[in-house]
Amino acid sequence: MTKGIPVSEDEGLRAELRSYAIGGILSLALTGAAFWLVASRALSLRTTLLVLGGLAIVQIAAQLRFFLHIDLRKSHRDDLQLILFTALIIGLMIGGTIWILFNQHARM
Amino acid sequence: MSDVTATRHPGLNLNHTDRETHDRAESVMFGFWVFMMSDLVLFAVLFATYAAQSVHGIAGGPAPAEIFELKSTLWQTLVLLTSSFTMGLAALALKYRDDRRRLVLWLLVTAALGGTFLYLEGADWLRMARDHGAVPQVSGFLSIFYALTGTHFLHVSAAMVWIGVMLVQIGRFGLKPEVKLRVMRLAILWHLLDVVWIGIFTFVFLFGVVQ
Amino acid sequence: MTPFGLLDWSDLVFAGFLRDPSVNEAVASAAGAFAVLGAVAALVVLTVKGWWRPLWSGWLTSLDHKRIGIMYVVLGLVMFARAIAEASVMRAQQMAALGEPGFLSAEHFGQLFTTHGTIMIFFVAMPLLTGIINFVMPLQIGARDVTFPLVNAVSLALTAAGAALLMVSLVVGRFSTGGWSGYPPFTGAAFSPGEGVDYWIWAVTLSSLGSTLTGMNFAVTIYKERCPGMHLFRMPLFTWTALCTSILMIFAMAPLTVATLMLALDRYAGFHFFTAGSGGDMMNYANLFWLFGHPEVYILILPAFGVWSEVFSTFSGKTLYGYTSLVIATMCIAVLSFTVWLHHFFTMGQAASINAVFGVATMLIGVPTGVKVYDWLLTMVRGRIRFRVPLILGCYFLATFVIGGLTGVLLANPTVDYGTHNSLFLVAHFHNMLIPGLLFGMFAAIHFWFPKAFGFRLHEGLGVLSAFLWMGGFLCAFMPLYALGLMGGMRRMAQLPEGPFGPLLAVALLGALMIAAGFAVFVLQLWWSVRHRDRLAVPHGDPWDGRTLEWALPAPPPEWNFAVLPEVDRRDPFDAAKLAGIAYALPDRYEDIEMPANSAVAPALGAAAFAVAFGLVWHIWWLVAFGLAAALAAIVARSFVTETTRTIPAAHVRQVTEGWRSIARVATPCPRRAEATGANRGRARPQQ
Repeated sequence: MTKGIPVSEDEGLRAELRSYAIGGILSLALTGAAFWLVASRALSLRTTLLVLGGLAIVQIAAQLRFFLHIDLRKSHRDDLQLILFTALIIGLMIGGTIWILFNQHARM
Repeated sequence: MSDVTATRHPGLNLNHTDRETHDRAESVMFGFWVFMMSDLVLFAVLFATYAAQSVHGIAGGPAPAEIFELKSTLWQTLVLLTSSFTMGLAALALKYRDDRRRLVLWLLVTAALGGTFLYLEGADWLRMARDHGAVPQVSGFLSIFYALTGTHFLHVSAAMVWIGVMLVQIGRFGLKPEVKLRVMRLAILWHLLDVVWIGIFTFVFLFGVVQ
Repeated sequence: MTPFGLLDWSDLVFAGFLRDPSVNEAVASAAGAFAVLGAVAALVVLTVKGWWRPLWSGWLTSLDHKRIGIMYVVLGLVMFARAIAEASVMRAQQMAALGEPGFLSAEHFGQLFTTHGTIMIFFVAMPLLTGIINFVMPLQIGARDVTFPLVNAVSLALTAAGAALLMVSLVVGRFSTGGWSGYPPFTGAAFSPGEGVDYWIWAVTLSSLGSTLTGMNFAVTIYKERCPGMHLFRMPLFTWTALCTSILMIFAMAPLTVATLMLALDRYAGFHFFTAGSGGDMMNYANLFWLFGHPEVYILILPAFGVWSEVFSTFSGKTLYGYTSLVIATMCIAVLSFTVWLHHFFTMGQAASINAVFGVATMLIGVPTGVKVYDWLLTMVRGRIRFRVPLILGCYFLATFVIGGLTGVLLANPTVDYGTHNSLFLVAHFHNMLIPGLLFGMFAAIHFWFPKAFGFRLHEGLGVLSAFLWMGGFLCAFMPLYALGLMGGMRRMAQLPEGPFGPLLAVALLGALMIAAGFAVFVLQLWWSVRHRDRLAVPHGDPWDGRTLEWALPAPPPEWNFAVLPEVDRRDPFDAAKLAGIAYALPDRYEDIEMPANSAVAPALGAAAFAVAFGLVWHIWWLVAFGLAAALAAIVARSFVTETTRTIPAAHVRQVTEGWRSIARVATPCPRRAEATGANRGRARPQQ
């Protein structure tokens, strides 16, 4: 995808269509990989979980990048910051909750 | 056109194709993003609870691996991912073509896919309840499973109502700025529900089946 | 089942008294009667004075951020009266119950501390701070309104619906006895059947929905509606704290909503989130509740920090010391507030290492807060200090807040917390933070910005009297609780054992009564000031020699705030303009201004939300369905309305602006020594 501002509308449309197409294909591929991994049991349990988590994060990033057009360009920083801050808070909440509840459970 | 004015607000935008609406869009779209972030935190807390109770809360009831069926989940996922793509095409039709017919067409396709998803998910729930007696009152795990997937289900349903209202408004008002902005926010909601579903199919269904 | 669900005549509080004419029931009936009489009196006054129409068209349907802000503050003050009364009754019961049963049943006492806590957090503190931000923040950033005026009104309507639910629970049925934090399994269906917990769940849920929307609205407003030149680092500190509080609201209210809705599913539908069996995990409730609850503490205190910053700077006649450090400290506090929630349940059984991590994180928050205290002190150093009511409260705040902060650092140590958990020591600590910090901050804000909102000052002498009653009352009411806690007194006890508790409890009761008296004097002050508003009038709008943009407007400001959007090139722009002698210059040209038109959607949604909540409490399912349908219909119908704004012609703006400015320009500037006298008409003589 071109980095600058598209010159003509047609070019812009084509560039964006390409972006959606890449996003669509990517998410299908990542989904396929995740399901295949589980169905085939190709890896050990621990590795499978890690890879699945990684695939999910990549796929979420792909959705944000290709469908929601969030990227690293300077003028887009406002929303990127918003999303990153949200990710931080979500990480704290989920990570903390899992840490606390599993620890409590183990000690019961 | 300077780079700064070109992207007044996050993500999906009308940009240079409709300057007037784009200028008005800034705070409205930003506000909707902020609202969505709050909504994501709501899902995050449900995910966190699921992570704990899907392990600790089985309580002699069925375990995740016993009731999940990968094939059904895969179909739901494919349908919802495709709907995200078609919603993207609707947004493009809005941005470049100013073409009502194409926009309405893609919205209808998206709504049909959304409806299919809801049907598949509902059928999956019924199967679990019928074949395994897996209703939310059985265990902590099933309570949070239904709460998490149910919250997503309710969000998709609300988005379907929204699509319906937008179809009426496109017919009645045409593509006036307010309508355009509402379709764009609808698209953001739809894509983010897809993001949440990625979390659900990975951390609920795939994790559940693997263990 | 009848069409009215579980509702029955015997649920009326008065029926309880007829069944069992004890003092306990008499107190409940008196409270119910008081609520009913208050409501009837309000209706009579509105009807006799013919105020229904102005109330509807001028206030309830108004989308003006200033009016919405004022309505929030009024809501907060009304609820505050009830919460003070409850506190006094509770202390009286504890005094009467030393070694005896006392006059209240334990169940009734449980309702009292539950409503007291719920009201103070959700329906006093939140409305007060939301109202003051609503009124002040758009003025400070040079905006004409918030970004989403209708959402603003809807937030108010939801909060008011929650408050109404609490008031109705005085008359119909009983309230929860589970405390403001509502921990299961006690609040689950097995141990708390009946409507009490349901009242609590839906009142809190409505309030939290309103706060989420408010936070979003404020944050977007501050990000997107600042006037030209108002960079983030030129914003007044109050606006900065409003921004951080809003961000906390956006992210912290969701866990509360999830927790209360899960509890509701447990109670209504037999789910097992927090039940004692079948895989429920009641400790996750504590986890979720405090994921909200701790950031909530900072949601409450940060706006007060903003108020104090404005107060110390204005009444010292100086720029704020350490502006940048205050901003950074505020941001640090906001982020850190998401990392300490576990310190509310140190004793729940997780490993010592986890407790240690959260204990250290908790102590860390003391650092930025300490920075702030020093900044405020240094703002006053070499200032020309004027002891108006806000600054009197401010100095008191500095002294007492540090004490509260130190006891907080004590409690942050898990080993100490094991000994003091759920004791009166804890009760003393959080009241020590929230009364001098938050409540006095809000009363300082009311004194400070009241003249801006209504065009006249509040009577100074009565203000000082009520401030001293509060300050003395706080010391008497809560300092003994530190000692009582260390002596083994637990919180939420209808009876404490006979013995050494008596004298200190008596002091605490005296303190509670003094705070109640302080509030009565405050009400008297309002009444007196309204009666003598001509004498106290400050129409020129700048009674305190203010520094920020809101003081550049007439008092009260016109609906559109700024005739021409201001441009700023520094902090404290109005102060600079006064020194340069250009503060009251007339604009070159005027334009038509578009303002949001009135809308009945917000009151409609508020009524629908109340109907849904009331229906849920009493299992009146048709009412629930009807309310939900009405809410959806109102939202969809609103999206079809095309005329949502109205235009104010430039000529009218010009007439109003020039009418005010031409008088303000020639008014005699008031020197600061005459600030509290009738010579103060709101035009300040700038101090070099």
